[in-house]
Amino acid sequence: MLYAVLALFGAAFAAPFLYRRLGDRAGAVLALVPAALFVYFAGRAGTVTGGETVRQSWAWVPSFDVSLAFTLDGLSLLFALLITGLGALILLYASGYLAGDDHQGRLYGFLLGFAGAMLGLVLSDNLIALFVFWELTSFTSYLLIGYKHGYEDSRASALQALLVTGAGGLALLAGLLLLGAMGGTFSLTELAPQAEALTAHPLYAAAFVLLALGAITKSAQVPFHFWLPNAMAAPTPVSAFLHSATMVKAGVYLLARLDPILGGTTLWVWTLAPIGAATMLTGAVLALRRTDLKKILAYSTITALGTLVLLLGLSFEESVKAAVVFLLVHALYKAALFMLAGSVDHETGTRDVTKLGGLRDKMPWTSAAAILAGLSMAGLPPLFGFIGKELAYKAKLGFDAADIVLPGIALLANALTATAAAIVVIRTFFGAPTETPKPAHEAPWSMRIGPLVPALTGLMLGIVPALSAPLVDAAAGAILGKPVDVKLTLWYGLGPALYLSIATVALGIGTYLAWDRVRGFLANADGLMARGPEAGYRAALAGMVAFAGWSSRTLQHGRLTGYIATVLLTAVGLVIAALVRHAAAPVLPAWDAPLEAVALAVLVAAAAIAVPLAKTRLAAVAILGASGFGLALLFLLAGAPDLAMTQLLVETLIVLVIVLVMRSLPAFSASAPESAARKARDAGIAVAVGATFTALALVVIAVPLDRTLADALAAASVPEGFGRNVVNVILVDFRALDTLGEITVLAIAALGAAALVRRQRASSETPSDVPDPARLGTEAEGAEAPGETSEPHVSERHVSEPAAS
Amino acid sequence: MNTLILRTATRFLTPLLILFSLFLLWRGHNEPGGGFIGGLVAAGAFALYGLAFGPAEMRRLLRVAPEALLGVGLALAVLSGVAALVVGLPFMTAFWATVGGAKLGTPLVFDVGVYLVVIGFTLLFLLALEDDSTPRPSTR
Repeated sequence: MLYAVLALFGAAFAAPFLYRRLGDRAGAVLALVPAALFVYFAGRAGTVTGGETVRQSWAWVPSFDVSLAFTLDGLSLLFALLITGLGALILLYASGYLAGDDHQGRLYGFLLGFAGAMLGLVLSDNLIALFVFWELTSFTSYLLIGYKHGYEDSRASALQALLVTGAGGLALLAGLLLLGAMGGTFSLTELAPQAEALTAHPLYAAAFVLLALGAITKSAQVPFHFWLPNAMAAPTPVSAFLHSATMVKAGVYLLARLDPILGGTTLWVWTLAPIGAATMLTGAVLALRRTDLKKILAYSTITALGTLVLLLGLSFEESVKAAVVFLLVHALYKAALFMLAGSVDHETGTRDVTKLGGLRDKMPWTSAAAILAGLSMAGLPPLFGFIGKELAYKAKLGFDAADIVLPGIALLANALTATAAAIVVIRTFFGAPTETPKPAHEAPWSMRIGPLVPALTGLMLGIVPALSAPLVDAAAGAILGKPVDVKLTLWYGLGPALYLSIATVALGIGTYLAWDRVRGFLANADGLMARGPEAGYRAALAGMVAFAGWSSRTLQHGRLTGYIATVLLTAVGLVIAALVRHAAAPVLPAWDAPLEAVALAVLVAAAAIAVPLAKTRLAAVAILGASGFGLALLFLLAGAPDLAMTQLLVETLIVLVIVLVMRSLPAFSASAPESAARKARDAGIAVAVGATFTALALVVIAVPLDRTLADALAAASVPEGFGRNVVNVILVDFRALDTLGEITVLAIAALGAAALVRRQRASSETPSDVPDPARLGTEAEGAEAPGETSEPHVSERHVSEPAAS
Repeated sequence: MNTLILRTATRFLTPLLILFSLFLLWRGHNEPGGGFIGGLVAAGAFALYGLAFGPAEMRRLLRVAPEALLGVGLALAVLSGVAALVVGLPFMTAFWATVGGAKLGTPLVFDVGVYLVVIGFTLLFLLALEDDSTPRPSTR
């Protein structure tokens, strides 16, 4: 299974190159990868539906109990089949939809990368691996929503989706870590038998709330639902794949996965069920306000996600079965409808239902698929959607604690969903043909197969429900933790569920006929909507930027003396706090220093005192150098030749750097008008630092040195490191990873510092918009990035804006 | 600093210092020295040359951009560790071989990486300070 995930990632990387080779045919070729994986998973279906669970594991970070452990049970299988099957269809569809688009190679790459992440997510048995894949789906989704990155709203929507799901991801990470700590393992398989202990654990509520936050942001539940309709800025194939069938279901998947471990408690039911119910209603009502096909579908997706969260929230056998069936139902019809909306847009130039009509004759294939998918969405027999709705009604009727409220809400939401289905299908494909921006014609074959296959599957599974039974049983069984038999049929007999279905259809038709008035009525509430949760998102974002600006302006004031004082005083404060806390008093050691060391120490101290008294800057630098060289000699006396050499060389180069810096500094005068108060303040800081660190040094040398590590390293140096210079062996062998980190920091610091120095010069010497050739030179390559990404308020401090490059 | 004495001395000193830096690098494993110190000495040699003849001449002597030294140095350091991964040992496991009486190993490659990064770091910094923003002739 690792190879299945890797195959998708590999295909993702190959996609741009393949596109360059094959042009518009690349999408169809790439579709073979998920198609092959679909066959692979379908081949495993027999084993899994037989009750077995396929497990494979690779060590990843064994020291942290993180492994790439994959589990294929019924639930994973259902998702894996949806991801690979719909993925293949959507890639094929995209190759027609995007024909002629120069960037499609990139889109295929993102789509396949997403599919790989999603597949990894549903197969992962390890919580940490699951989280990594979860974040990858957020990340690839960001790239996909922002595909048309030339448009402002596209970028804003992508960022919004990333921030909302990313914030939820952080909560999820915290929740997963808590869960891991509570259960003592990161393996879902090992957590499952501990369900009772975990739900009784004192940290249960905290873990649950964090995990639920992750799930409800990802699955666009109220009040975080707003990002999903905005994500429709993505190209339609992306919406069909991510924002209907797969990514938004990741939250649902997580809840389903955690249900056997954490589900069924009062907290679980009474948190998730109301959120799900509220989401159902919100989506259903808001869908009727829209006239854009994709937006209507997006809001109806929110309704469906609410239904799934509600059903999983109820967390009893009937509701879990209904959830599994409805999940499959929804993925099939919604992916089809999104693709159809894309086809209509592609062939007519508009997605506004008020401008569309009578496409049935011109687009026979597309309308046939739309009718099937629409009937399934409305929940009419003999489509699979009818079965899904019946089961959901039965589940809600079976939940005793809210006997009227729940079916009532479900009735309203389902009726409005049926209305939305009618709007999408009837308004678009029936009635009098309208004048469209492009003369309407049938979509190419690649765009017909994509929607037709899931639409026909919905019909087939409705007529012969037994076909889906093994898969549904296995998936529900995986959640419930025991073999179950879900009764799938078009006829459950007379009963409340059937009456509710009839009422749903009647109410749906009624609302459809009055849609124009309903929409006008809803439009009155637009002002209220503008103050909805999305306004909160915007306010939070603006607040964050304002805070960042304030903190940057306060902390990054640009005064060197201020920076140094901050650093030094912080260090002094921390050292004093540590000394006080450990009640450590400095002890004067016995006097055994050799005479030459004393002489050097006096030299260093005298130089330090002389620096501030120097009359010229050059003299100050030279005296400072004397202090540094004296220190180097002290190191040498103490038997640390490496340290001494380094100190000497660094000292030399620092003098050089200061000399160079001096050239760009304003003229120095020892009689600069420095107030007595300022001098006193600086002297005070200097004395405080000196005294504190002297005290620290005295405390440290009073403690007997623990030589265990030093001796061990010295002993290992020659036999294991083949070197007699222990310092160097430690640097390049024993602790080479640390050194690698250090030189990496060094390289980054050099690039950053050089960029800053050059930028400062460029801005002070070329105050015009003329591109500065020096900054365009090869040496400036590394300097480009930091200069361009800095925030505007930072550059305000400069004399002028840096030259454009 | 356009003095005859400095220029003349620099002509002799720079190659000597660079040789010395390589010597420090080489002996670092057994005696005081190593990549950090060697790199600093080499950087000092180039800095001296730059003082005597100007940054443009120093760039010419260096032949490559300091950024390239950073990149190559880091790449060498990482590659020296990757070797162990290929045979399934943990990252950065050292390998040693005796070639003609001299012990050679991946830590030496790593040290060369450190050496290059230190030179690149120092010179990038010095050159940034020394360069004017006036157009430079391309030196590469």
